[in-house]
Amino acid sequence: MATIAHETPRTATPVNYLNVEHGWKSWLFTTDHKRIAVLYLVSITIMFAVGGFAAVLFRINLLTPEGLFSPEMYNRLFSLHGIIMVFFFLVPSIPATLANFLIPIMVGAKDLAFPRINLLSWYLYVIGALFAMYCVFRGGVDTGWTFYAPYSSTYSNSYVVPAVAGVFVAGFSSILTGLNFIVTVHKMRAPGMTWSRLPLFVWSNYATGLIQVLGTPVLAISLTLIALERVAHVGIFDPNIGGDPILFQHLFWFYSHPAVYIMILPGMGVISEIVSCFSRKRVFGYNFVAFSSMAIAVLSFVVWGHHMFVTGQSVYTSVAFSILSFMVAVPSAIKVFNWTATMYKGSVSFDTPMLYAFGFIGLFTIGGLTGLFLACLALDVPVHGTYFIVAHFHYVMVGGMVMAYMGGLHFWWPKMTGRMYPQVWSQISAAIIFVGFNLTFFPQFILGYLGMPRRYHAYPPEFQMLNVLSTAGSSILAVGYVIPLIYFLWSLKNGPIAGKNPWGAAGLEWQIQSPPTTYNFDDTPVVNEEAYNYGPVEEVVG
Amino acid sequence: MTAHIPKVRPLVLVWASLIVLTGITSAVSKIDLGEWNVVVALIIAVTKASLVAWIFMGVRYTTTLTKLFVVAGLVWLGIMLLITASDYKSRNWTYQGQPWSQTKTVGGSH
Amino acid sequence: MAETVVPVTHEPTPEETHLRHHFATPEQQMDAATLGMWTFLITEVLFFGGMFAGYAVYRGMYPDAFASTSRYMNLVLGGTNTAVLICSSLTMALSVRAAQLSKRRDLILFLILTMIFGTIFLVIKGFEYHDKWVEQLVPGFNFRYDEAIQYAHNAQILFFLYFAMTGMHALHMVVGLGLLTFLLVQANRRVFHANYFAPVEMIGLYWHFVDIVWIFLFPLLYLIGQNR
Repeated sequence: MATIAHETPRTATPVNYLNVEHGWKSWLFTTDHKRIAVLYLVSITIMFAVGGFAAVLFRINLLTPEGLFSPEMYNRLFSLHGIIMVFFFLVPSIPATLANFLIPIMVGAKDLAFPRINLLSWYLYVIGALFAMYCVFRGGVDTGWTFYAPYSSTYSNSYVVPAVAGVFVAGFSSILTGLNFIVTVHKMRAPGMTWSRLPLFVWSNYATGLIQVLGTPVLAISLTLIALERVAHVGIFDPNIGGDPILFQHLFWFYSHPAVYIMILPGMGVISEIVSCFSRKRVFGYNFVAFSSMAIAVLSFVVWGHHMFVTGQSVYTSVAFSILSFMVAVPSAIKVFNWTATMYKGSVSFDTPMLYAFGFIGLFTIGGLTGLFLACLALDVPVHGTYFIVAHFHYVMVGGMVMAYMGGLHFWWPKMTGRMYPQVWSQISAAIIFVGFNLTFFPQFILGYLGMPRRYHAYPPEFQMLNVLSTAGSSILAVGYVIPLIYFLWSLKNGPIAGKNPWGAAGLEWQIQSPPTTYNFDDTPVVNEEAYNYGPVEEVVG
Repeated sequence: MTAHIPKVRPLVLVWASLIVLTGITSAVSKIDLGEWNVVVALIIAVTKASLVAWIFMGVRYTTTLTKLFVVAGLVWLGIMLLITASDYKSRNWTYQGQPWSQTKTVGGSH
Repeated sequence: MAETVVPVTHEPTPEETHLRHHFATPEQQMDAATLGMWTFLITEVLFFGGMFAGYAVYRGMYPDAFASTSRYMNLVLGGTNTAVLICSSLTMALSVRAAQLSKRRDLILFLILTMIFGTIFLVIKGFEYHDKWVEQLVPGFNFRYDEAIQYAHNAQILFFLYFAMTGMHALHMVVGLGLLTFLLVQANRRVFHANYFAPVEMIGLYWHFVDIVWIFLFPLLYLIGQNR
């Protein structure tokens, strides 16, 4: 794919970004994008554990119809789960870890455009996370992750301000990550790395960066207004003085619907890389996949009102939002079709990353198609605010993004650490996650269709069977996530040495040593081939 | 470095125009033009902002890419304002009978 | 195929241009900084845009209540502040020019002038806030609206937005003054010259952007309703 100018002379223990310096200072003051990615990896794993723990607790609560915890406790648990998982896990998950690590390497650069800003974004993330943890230890927040006014601004007796402050600060971390990616992709590409040669992972993270930059500030200001309103006891969302709480929902979803695509686009990029590598084929319809990322980024900003079909939003605006929401399914469908077409007549292998990719494609398709149910104005009205919604977005977020994140982690782990993990165990855990996920969330589709509302701590006894199934599934899912944690940690010391390119994959990142050196390349690479040049399997177009 | 170095004259001219426009917009605000007061005020504000961006901030001399980014930012602001406004403008529209019977009454939209 | 297009060494990069290790050329570094700054300014546009959206919605709902507040807005102070900020933008633009031409004394002079204008703006703003407090126009803390009692509720929204928008703008001014102080120290140390002026230009962009926000705040908050 590319020629590295001069081969590095090999030494016994090659210097790499991990062993070049030691001590905590070398980590906390690093500007190396790879080390910052590792810092992020550790932090978001902790937050994922916290959010997951809350989920396990409230699933236990739902084992019995009357609930085990108090309603207040239940509200705080699901709010904690939502806030942590959305803002502190899903949004930074792939961009801040895998993409932070890989984008400079994939475009042939020594680092991101602004290394110090990259470090700043990690510190902001940590500060935001500390605010969120402070909120939890003071007693939590009970508004749900959406912070709807006027409940959050006036009536809630929980710790809204620290939670909002945490999300606000973490939002700036997200903005800075996106800004860094945009500038890096525009200005740091190696000679010959044209836009049409960029790996699709870079394209999808570029599109993600645009959403982060254009959407997140609006979230920041709407949360600021909520906080001001709480402090002043009066504000622009206050119905007592003629304020309109629906305005908050407009501003909130102007960010938070596109944010859904912040949480899925990077995953789509990962799947493009994995499917291509383990089918030994060029991605089918590269241009379509690349531009569908951009189309998603743009369309994602004009569909937010489908979250507000059952509010007092104008019915005419709702109709427009409904039509636009159907349109945003088109680019997503293009991607799914093209991945499938890539596998067609490829020599498909079943390594762990590919298992996750299979899981992604199937589960994301279910999540996406049920999204079309919800885009339909008439059908949304009865199922809005039920477990149908919960199941839908978990199929996209967990079945989609977390699957892709796990797949990407398994794909690039040898590059990041230089070590392989045990194949059999990783395949078993991928299967466990798939089974546990479906057992957890498929019953929720049925529950929702039967009319069980979300965010209630209790339910009628006839729903118990399905709720018990869901809780059982969640414990299987938890086991599925703990196993990789164990073997990844084990592999750091004991895994077999991976070598440069354990998968025989194409791409600049596989042509440098594992783990890479601090500046990635000894000399700036020159690219003279397309991405995914997997041998002459077939050159037939169509 | 091949940056564009602005001349003093255009900078001072822009400054003078901005001051004059500020005077005009303040004066016009005292005249009753009905709803047009808002329109005039906004047109003058957009003009002033454009002058600052075009000359002081040097958009005129930047790359096409930077111009594209500036336009994209404004388009996104427009998306937010327009779609939100569409909700508030059409919220109180009501119709009697079927939409195709054209008995739609528009009222109460502020 | 072994070839090196861009000569990159791990030797110390040219001191003069402050070239950082991961950039190939000073031009690339400057391009990246410019694009990054503009991207940041776009985020600022949308940040303030959220409040402007709120303003637009409520002005559409309660035009009379909003117009009734204009008699409490001090047109003289607001207009003066507008002029002060425009002057500061001019001196900021001249600062960038001075840096580009390696005129250190001019640079320091114009930076100080910009800071003086910025400070004047904030002082005047402080007097306005004080007046609002005395007139009991601070929603949530000190609010009475006796003269136009039928607007008492809705006018609070306008005053809330007034404080939120001008407050956020003033906060940006304070940050800007901090950045200018940083530039002044650097300029005094002879850091900037014809081959290295990126920080001056980038902070200049920020300063002009803050000026643009005020250019919109002034008519929306002070002028609309003056005709009644």
